[in-house]
Amino acid sequence: MATQRGSATNPGRRAMLAGTVRGACAVGVLGALLAIPSRRKAEAVALRPPGALAERDFAAACVRCGLCAKDCPYDTLKLSDIGDGPMLGTPFFRARAVPCEMCVTLPCVAACPTGALDKGLTDINNAKMGVAVLVGQETCLNFLGLRCDVCYRVCPRMGEAITLELSHNARTAKHAFFIPTVHSAKCTGCGKCEKACVLDEAAIKVLPQALASGQLGKHYRLGWEEKKKAGGSLVEPSPEVQVRGMEGVEMSPGGTYKLEKRPDGGFKEFKP
Amino acid sequence: MTWLASHKWLLARRLSQVAVVAVFLTGPLFGLWIAKGTLASSLTFGILPLTDPLMVAQGLAAGHLMTPTALIGAAIVLAFYALVGGRAYCSWVCPVNVVTDLAAWLRKRLGMEKGLTLQRSTRFWLLGGIVLASAATGTIAWELANPVTILHRGLVTGSILTLGSAVLVTSAVFLFDLGLAERGWCTHLCPVGAFYGLLGRVAVVRVSAIGRAACDDCMDCFAVCPERHVIAPALRGEAKGVGPVIMSADCTNCGRCIDVCSKTVFRFATRFQNTPSDATSGGLGADLAGPPAKVA
Repeated sequence: MATQRGSATNPGRRAMLAGTVRGACAVGVLGALLAIPSRRKAEAVALRPPGALAERDFAAACVRCGLCAKDCPYDTLKLSDIGDGPMLGTPFFRARAVPCEMCVTLPCVAACPTGALDKGLTDINNAKMGVAVLVGQETCLNFLGLRCDVCYRVCPRMGEAITLELSHNARTAKHAFFIPTVHSAKCTGCGKCEKACVLDEAAIKVLPQALASGQLGKHYRLGWEEKKKAGGSLVEPSPEVQVRGMEGVEMSPGGTYKLEKRPDGGFKEFKP
Repeated sequence: MTWLASHKWLLARRLSQVAVVAVFLTGPLFGLWIAKGTLASSLTFGILPLTDPLMVAQGLAAGHLMTPTALIGAAIVLAFYALVGGRAYCSWVCPVNVVTDLAAWLRKRLGMEKGLTLQRSTRFWLLGGIVLASAATGTIAWELANPVTILHRGLVTGSILTLGSAVLVTSAVFLFDLGLAERGWCTHLCPVGAFYGLLGRVAVVRVSAIGRAACDDCMDCFAVCPERHVIAPALRGEAKGVGPVIMSADCTNCGRCIDVCSKTVFRFATRFQNTPSDATSGGLGADLAGPPAKVA
């Protein structure tokens, strides 16, 4: 058998082996080259159309046909080219250029043939294209004490996704700050606020969800939520501590003092 | 033979290739919507979905089962090319074919050497490679580099007018074919062509060397064929009792051999007309079969 191992005795097999190695090399080189750009993380500037699957699943589903962009009535959606950021050929939009007008008929989702834009999204108000974040807290006119309010007013979910939170302006001591505050649960990421921001560079920007929202450690539990779920406190009430002036007053299981009001407005048993 | 007669299938092909781009452009340019999307996936007249089955396969490898629209679209495409010839996609639809044909033509005019030796089987390895890469990365991997869809997208969206991916990738393929390897891309490397070639194994419409008895060995067909190994088994098969139909799945049904043959040896036929007795003793006067219908 050993004599049959030479290439002269079996050139066919040798050629096949060489071909296999060559082919395997081609597969390896190609696979590696294709794998590099596909491993990109979320981009800060590029937002996906409404209903887009999470970025990893989107990459497996979007065939880059451009049907969503073609059916976008406002030309919001563009197909990525080299240098745009998102994977080549995939749809995206830049809020500062053209934001999403939040069509109630969701034409982009309807046009998607592959399910990369989830047909399960039927109400545009539930879209999660990203989350607006007021990044420019040193430049935002409202933070400076003015009443710009433009982001708040253009928000399609005014008063829900963006509210103006009142606080005291200690600088003038007689004015108020009206701080635009984004509520991520309601924000669709349409980008109208970023588009409308009057600054040279928008102080409020829509970021992909992954970048905009922090991520609590998985082991964290919120005590008040757990309590609500359990229907009561999960820990023993704190031992009674003596508070000056409250001697002899009974403490309720929640750890608060039970005080009875006196007819004169004061509290019984409270002796300051 | 007049020039027109010796280029009729070439002209029909170019017309088909132009039409495949034009039907996507009439909408944005003139408001007359025929097809939307790209070769990756499209919708014609608002009802006919067409999807590249290779995309569906890569998506599946990446872990995503596409919605029925895409699956139906892919099934229609599969059925269509199983009828008209798998790699008819390459020669009648694919826009890159125009580019590589130009490179091959220039090579011939410039009298250039063959260049790099590539194995034709490399494309099948690459086809396997892109499916594996899709599975490994969870993305439709080939779309990061696919010259076919990148060029078509550039043409139908107008992004070819900017110095973007369409220009870069198309130039790369052109320069590779012109400077490095004769018919390097389409004949040796392109995994999309390899995929449609798999369909060619069952495809009905085929080129037949039906008048092979009239062949005078002028070699014109070999010179013009992008996959010249496919011709001999049919053309020279009489002695071995092989039928006249070119059965190789590599044949792109481009019809150039029909065009250039001064003895009208070739014509379009079906794979079922492939007994040695189907070959006539003399050349045919005219092509009886119609061209494969173009896909929109």
